[in-house]
Parts: sequence; structure tokens; C-alpha cells
Amino acid sequence: MIRRVLPHGLGRGLLTRRPGTRRGGFSLDWDGKVSEIKKKIKSILPGTPCDVLPDTSHLPPEHSDVVIVGGGVLGLSVAYWLKQLENRRGGMQVLVVERDHTYSQASTGLSVGGICQQFSLPENIQLSLFSASFLRNINEYLAVTNAPPLDLQFNPSGYLLLASEKDAAAMESNVKVQKQEGAKVCLMSPDQLRNKFPWINTEGVALASYGMENEGWFDPWCLLHGLRQKLMSMGVFFCQGEVTRFVTSSQRMMTTDDEMVTLKSIHEVHVKMDHSLEYQPVECAIVINAAGAWSAQIAALAGIGKGPPGTLQGTKLPVEPRKRYVYVWHCPQGPGLETPLVADTSGAYFRREGLGSNYLGGRSPAEEEEPDPANLEVDHDFFQEKVWPHLALRVPAFETLKVQTAWAGYYDYNTFDQNGVVGPHPLVVNMYFATGFSGHGLQQAPGVGRAVAEMILEGSFQTIDLSPFLFNRFYLGEKTQENNIM
Amino acid sequence: MEQELGDPSLRLVAPMWNGTRGIHRLGGAVVPEGNQKKERKMLQFLNNHFYDVEALRGYLLQREMSKVHLKNRSFTWLEEQHGPYSAGAFFILKQGGAVKFRDKEWIRPDKYGHFSPEFWNFREVPVEAVDASDCEINYEGLDNLLLLKELQSLSLQRCPHVDDWCLSRLYPLADSLQELSLAGCPRVSERGLACLHHLQNLRRLDISDLPAVSNPGLTQILVEEMLPNCQVVGVDWAEGLKLGPEEQPQDTASPVPA
Repeated sequence: MIRRVLPHGLGRGLLTRRPGTRRGGFSLDWDGKVSEIKKKIKSILPGTPCDVLPDTSHLPPEHSDVVIVGGGVLGLSVAYWLKQLENRRGGMQVLVVERDHTYSQASTGLSVGGICQQFSLPENIQLSLFSASFLRNINEYLAVTNAPPLDLQFNPSGYLLLASEKDAAAMESNVKVQKQEGAKVCLMSPDQLRNKFPWINTEGVALASYGMENEGWFDPWCLLHGLRQKLMSMGVFFCQGEVTRFVTSSQRMMTTDDEMVTLKSIHEVHVKMDHSLEYQPVECAIVINAAGAWSAQIAALAGIGKGPPGTLQGTKLPVEPRKRYVYVWHCPQGPGLETPLVADTSGAYFRREGLGSNYLGGRSPAEEEEPDPANLEVDHDFFQEKVWPHLALRVPAFETLKVQTAWAGYYDYNTFDQNGVVGPHPLVVNMYFATGFSGHGLQQAPGVGRAVAEMILEGSFQTIDLSPFLFNRFYLGEKTQENNIM
Repeated sequence: MEQELGDPSLRLVAPMWNGTRGIHRLGGAVVPEGNQKKERKMLQFLNNHFYDVEALRGYLLQREMSKVHLKNRSFTWLEEQHGPYSAGAFFILKQGGAVKFRDKEWIRPDKYGHFSPEFWNFREVPVEAVDASDCEINYEGLDNLLLLKELQSLSLQRCPHVDDWCLSRLYPLADSLQELSLAGCPRVSERGLACLHHLQNLRRLDISDLPAVSNPGLTQILVEEMLPNCQVVGVDWAEGLKLGPEEQPQDTASPVPA
């Protein structure tokens, strides 16, 4: 019936030339024409509530090769490397699903933005080194024609880690590993420390390690924006919605030891729109879990952890959100322009912010003092009681400081061993993880993105071997412990 | 190529159809004027509507970048054959800069890029001073520059690819470097200047005309505090200060006497 109506009722309307329209210019005002057609239909058939051409521009596409759950720096990095390393241009259709397009609770934007190579695990050091070279050449990696070059506001001031007597031996061996991997780190004694940084009080410090190159801090929003821009130019789809369901199909298979194992694969993702019950089922081949602090919920949707405890089916993803505070204060007599990011023996850290004697810093609370991660409210008493005394002890100038502002953000904290989870799940065969980095996800994002893309495209890690970060270790109980966490 | 970079009036406003150099200039970083604005608008229109134009521009940009990379490759073989000083000197001379060996005269390439090969014989003579103004040295190229362990004076004026990352690599020269000039480098900001504190023997630092530094007067004060034995030249500390209501409005071009 509608087809008959169109030429009769609207034929004349479409063919008359109105001022402002161009001959043959159909494609230039498609949306306007569609709304005019809808209005005409409504006027002709006033009673019919039919929505002839419903607006679906906010929904994700119905098919996508890869669905990335989470649009933070890790998710975007995986998307970037997938498109960069694919064999044929346009060969892979990638969809990034992000629940909150304002990124109000995303760890990326709330991060302090530091990058350093002073880790104890060689894999972490290599990831940070690669990320430093990525950030250095960011205008080659993320070049978009017609867009201005990115300015990351990188401060190459380095990290200064202080160690007390009991940690000094561990620090020495860590620095040895770091130097072997190619990081430019040097050890300093308390005397050298006093010479170089006269504002430090070296009481209780036995040894310090100072990163000379490729360490510092930068603006994470700029990286996020640059990645987003580049991805849009490469043809990645973005969708704002929440993943509410995975539709899986299972297969029972026999292992070489003659045990029955149920392998699942996700073939559909249900993406629910904001403030409505509307959802779109997206058929997909691969799902990447880069949901940060909420990765465990996404993993639970896929059935990871639903089984008797102690078995592979019953091993949950041990990533949970942990709230961390960052405080900004002003101290006119504070350390000068050369201040690195100083991490004290007590775990308190601080760095300079800008030219105006502002500093920001914080401290990781002890296990028993962990704040409630239900919201991002800031606890100012924590600064007064747990952070300021340590700062004032280490830098006497900080006795007179004035807190300007503060914020809180989540760590996607891996309760098992505080290191990331990368790679496929052994039972849900097409879900890949890129999460759980417990506070250093931002600085390792480029390297991790590349590793996950290599895993998907080639089947194994090609450049940096992240096998110690696979999911299996949670079942096998093998901890890949990282000692230098801030 | 170097001539175009060296001449400040031509530096940022490159004509569009001047071979390939105009098309690929990084989009928003340049402020075109008048006629060039129209051309740039048309170019952007073409870029947004045709994949071919976008691909061509992307290709030309990649080609320019790979040219810079080629210029900054590591001369490890030369270092093994002729020693670090000659290899480093060759790198600078090839880029278009000038070198001065200890007790010898300055060696400069002429306008055709040719230079005298006598420095190959100076195996043990260290290089004292390097004038790398307007050279396309970048982070990788510093590998070669850092071979010159006993360098005393370094001039990196108006180098377009020297940025904050490069400044963080200069610390190996801390024992010998006494004079450093960064005047006119478009990518150096106050964050890079912060890592010059390793250069404790520096006696003269020129940080004039750095467009990326947000607050030149304050930066000068902070750098002077950071390097107490060094004479920091280039920015007057009063620049950027607002005149109080009781002072007469002065010509802002003339600096307030210190």
C-alpha cells in the first residue's frame, strides 16, 4: 500500500523544483528528504502509527568481525593495532562499544599519566619501552591527513624511586634487569641524591633508582583523542551502549587425556542503548574484553567462573575496581622544575604539575584500608592522615602546602598478582582479555594492544612474549608478581 | 630543502603547488594567508570527499617522514672504521651543519653540500663545537651526535625536529657541554627544558624565541633557578608581566629594564 502511495501522493512533490534544491541533488539532503517523506505519509494516513523508516543511526551494526567491549585506551589500542596489522585494507570490521561516551568514570581520563620502565618483570619493561617509542613517534603512528599534529604534553622528567634498607637489595636486582632490557636507569646513593635534589630529606633512604630517559608523564586525554580520531579515519565503528548478554554456542570435545571439555564460543553480543530497553544483537566472531574496572562483569556474562570452584570452569576473572585518590596542592617553596615523579619508601608519590608550583600525588592505601569502590567520592581525611605526613617527611618544603583539588579513579586491580591479563580464555575460545593492569594500563596500552592484535591475527605473540600474562595462570596458581606497584 | 627551512619568512607559509612540499604540510599547524587560504580550503574539500586525494596526501607525508629517517640513520660502520669523532662529524656535515675540531678551523659544507674530507684523518682529535642550526636532526639522529663525547658547544637553532624527547637524551654530554643554544626550535617546550638540569657544566644557555613555551618569562626564572651556574639568555623576565594601573602604558616591544 505504501508503494502505491509514494508515486501518487508524492510524485509531484518530489519533482517540482523548489528554491534551494539542485537538479539531481538527491544525495545531498537525504535526511531532510526522508523526514519530508515521513511527514507526507503521516498527513495522508493520519491514523497509522507506522514508522516507515525508523532512525537507527545510534545502533551498532548488525554484524561485526570484532567487538571490543570498552572504549578506554586499552580497547582503542587493540582496535588500532587490529586495523594496522590486518593483511588487507578494510579486511576486518571492528566495533568499539563504550557504555559512557563522556568517559566520566573511565580510568584512562582520571589517570596521573605516568610512564616508567622501572618494573621487576622483563615483559613489563619491554611493554613500557615500546609504549615510550610509540608516544615519541605518535604523529607517525596516528597521522590523520588534515588533522593537526598531536601534542601529548610529555614531561621527560623521569621517575625517582626511593628504597629503604630492606628493599635496597630488591631494587638493585630490579635495576639490573631493567638495564639488561634496555631501560636507562641509574642507581643513586643518599649523598648523590642530596647533591642532585637538595630539597629531599634522605632519612630512611638507602638507595634510589632514577630513570633518565623515556620516563615521565603525559596527557592521557590527548592519547585517547588521537586514537579515536585515527580509528574513525580507519573505519572503526563506535557505539555507545552497554553489553548485556552474550549468546554462546558450545561444543563438547575430548582432550588428549580423554577428558570431556565444553568449549564455548560467542556468536552474538547484545548491546543495550542508554535509558531504554532497546538493544541490538551484533553477530561477531571475536570479542575483546577491555572493560577495565568492570571486566569481571563482562567475563561473568560469558559464563567465565560459572562452575565448581577449583576447576577451570570455576575460575573467575580476578579483576575488581579499586578506588584511588589523587590530590592537587600548591606549595610555593616546593621543588623546582627538575622534579621527577618521586615515589617514596612509604608508597606516597608526587610530581610537579605545570609551571605554577602545583603538585599532584597520592598513595595506595593498605589492604585493610581499601575505600569502597561504589562511587568516586574523595576522602580528604586520607590525605591529611596517610599521605601528607609522608610527603612532609620526605620533602620538608611540603609542610606548608594547600590542597587545591582532588579526584578519584578506579584501578582495574588484579587481586591475584597485580599484573595484566592478556590473551584468549581457554574455554570461551573467542574472548580475548586486555585488562587487569592495576594502575599501569595506560603506560602499557600500545604494547598490549599490539600483543592482542598479534594473538588474534597470527595466533601467537610475535614481538613481546606475554605468555606469563595469559588467563591460565589463575587456574594453575602461578603468580606473575610485579613488585613495583604504586 | 634546508634553505627553505632556514629562511624564517618561508618557514611556515609554504605555497601549495610548490612541488610536493606544500601539499603534505601538517594540516592545522600552519596559518595560511589570503590566496593560500582558498587553496587550502579546496584541498581540504577534496581530501574529505575523495579517498584518492586522502591516500595521496598520506603517501606524500609518509615519504617526507622516511626522508627524515634516512637522514638520521646510525653510522655504526663509520664509527668502527674511523672512530667516533669522525663519524659524528660526518653526520653533522652531511646534514648541513658545521663542526670544529680541537685546535682546528670550522669545517662547513658549501652551498652544494660539499665539504673537505680532511677530517677523516683526525682520528684522535675530539670535536669541540657543533653548529647544527637548521639541520633535520631528530631523536634517532642524536645517536650519532652523542658519539662526540667531549663536545663543549652545541647549537641546535631552528631545528624543526628537535623536541622535548631529544632534550632528555643530552645528559651523556653533561661532563663537557658548556654552551647550548636552542633558539627558534618550534617543538621545544618548558617540559623539555626541565631535563637540562643534568648539564651541570653548562655556562651559557640560549632559549630565545621558543614558540612552544607557554610562559617564557616564568620559564626563564625557573630554568635560572635550576641551573645556578649558567647564564640563561634569550627571554627577558619581565615579558608577560602585566603593567600595574599606576604605571604608564609602554611600548610592549621594548623590554622593561631589569
